[in-house]
Amino acid sequence: MRFLRPLIIIAGLVLIWQIIIWLSNVPHFILPAPARVAEAWWVHHATILGHASVTLLEIALGLMFGALLGALSALALAYFRPARRWLLPVLVASQAIPVFALAPILVLWLGYGIASKVAMATLIIYFPVATSFYDGLRRTEPGWTDLARTMGASRWVLLTRIRVPAALPALASGLRVATAVAPIGAVVGEWVGASAGLGYLMLHANGRVQIDLMFAALLTLAFFAVIIYFIVDTSLRRALPWQPDKLPTEQEE
Amino acid sequence: MTNNHNQPSDNPASKNSRADKNSCAGISLTAVSLRYEGKYLFKELQLDLPQGQCSALLGPSGVGKSSLLRLIAGLQPFEPSGRVIIGKNQAQLPGHLSTEIAYMAQQDLLLPWLNALDNVTLGARLRRQRPDHARARDLLRRVGLADYERALPATLSGGMRQRVALARTLMEDRPIILMDEPFSALDAITRLRLQELAAKLLRGRTILLVTHDPLEALRISQRIFIMSGRPARLSEARLPEGKTPRDPADTALLADHAELLHRLRAADGDSAPGVEP
Repeated sequence: MRFLRPLIIIAGLVLIWQIIIWLSNVPHFILPAPARVAEAWWVHHATILGHASVTLLEIALGLMFGALLGALSALALAYFRPARRWLLPVLVASQAIPVFALAPILVLWLGYGIASKVAMATLIIYFPVATSFYDGLRRTEPGWTDLARTMGASRWVLLTRIRVPAALPALASGLRVATAVAPIGAVVGEWVGASAGLGYLMLHANGRVQIDLMFAALLTLAFFAVIIYFIVDTSLRRALPWQPDKLPTEQEE
Repeated sequence: MTNNHNQPSDNPASKNSRADKNSCAGISLTAVSLRYEGKYLFKELQLDLPQGQCSALLGPSGVGKSSLLRLIAGLQPFEPSGRVIIGKNQAQLPGHLSTEIAYMAQQDLLLPWLNALDNVTLGARLRRQRPDHARARDLLRRVGLADYERALPATLSGGMRQRVALARTLMEDRPIILMDEPFSALDAITRLRLQELAAKLLRGRTILLVTHDPLEALRISQRIFIMSGRPARLSEARLPEGKTPRDPADTALLADHAELLHRLRAADGDSAPGVEP
């Protein structure tokens, strides 16, 4: 049932899609039928997968850099008081600028290649990771801090042995959010200016009214986004086995 | 109890002065004051706890028992006019942590990502020392958890978790132990068992036990202090003779229990806002 359920959901969605086509009779260059999209995918699958690999690489690198930078910023904020006073306002203010507005500038500075897209993804991932990890670090159970202090723990040991492990579940939820938004960063970067990637392919197909190809690329992107999320979520659960998955009231049926 | 009300609060609180025999003092507080939101929780408080005895601290909620305990542990800064002397050391500076104190809190405070054995050896890990696993295993055996050294806290019952916390406290091997309602979250029978275990394993150490349970205080302590009022004062209560842990069915203990309850009720009225004595 665990693997069957997603398949049933997908089949249901495709069916609704097909029903809308039957009922509304829209032309295929507005909304192509599922069969047409499947056919386009099959005809162009080498191209689609080639572009997908570029987008996937951008997402993976963006996740890596964004998570690393976000986690390091949170640690610095938690450990150094001046960092809190000087860095935190900058961090919050930086979120007032929409990342999408930065995309053209990043393309201008870093070029049409992969670097500008990785930078976009990094920027969009950085904030959720930094804020949730920092929140977790701030909310260490005060009893644990007291206990560690009576045991003679230094501030550094307190951070590394108590506060960081205690904040890992918070970091994990930040990473989940980051994984969900990471494809946005990469694809927006590709829309603004690129020579490869699923975003580029979609824009290109749209320009030539190959709407079925555009949908095929879009569905490929959605598929990989779900797979990445699944991988990240599963590995986070494995890494934090002490973190209860369920509320006590919703135990196994 | 009522004669206290007319006294100005700068009266040294410990009315009972038989604590002079503490030449090799366990804990000694002189004129310690603590303010919370501008109001004195206690002012120029006096308390002497002799070495090697268990003293219980009772009183209504919010009177400042936990703050006093945290203050002695060095976790709570206080006004610089006061002095806290721990063991053979010179006066503690406010907020300075003593190396002679182990602290056991209301919750077990086990780290959920460490198994029982690693939780017991937490102190050594935090001081970057090599943990003595043989001793930790022995302590786990003595609290009856020999088979659970690899168990994560989430898989243990409340009583078992508190026993791990007890082993962790013993592992620190400090002469002074401060306990903040360590058994309050347990059911009556588990609490009874743990009190006996703690009394046995902690014998000979200087213990200050904050508790809500007068029976617990009567069973395992040699002295009982009642903290009441604002600013809070300390007064001492009567205790049965004999060694601890005392039998809960002992008639002398039951009589003292009744008297203690009576005094605690008066103390609660004391600190209730707007109630005139």
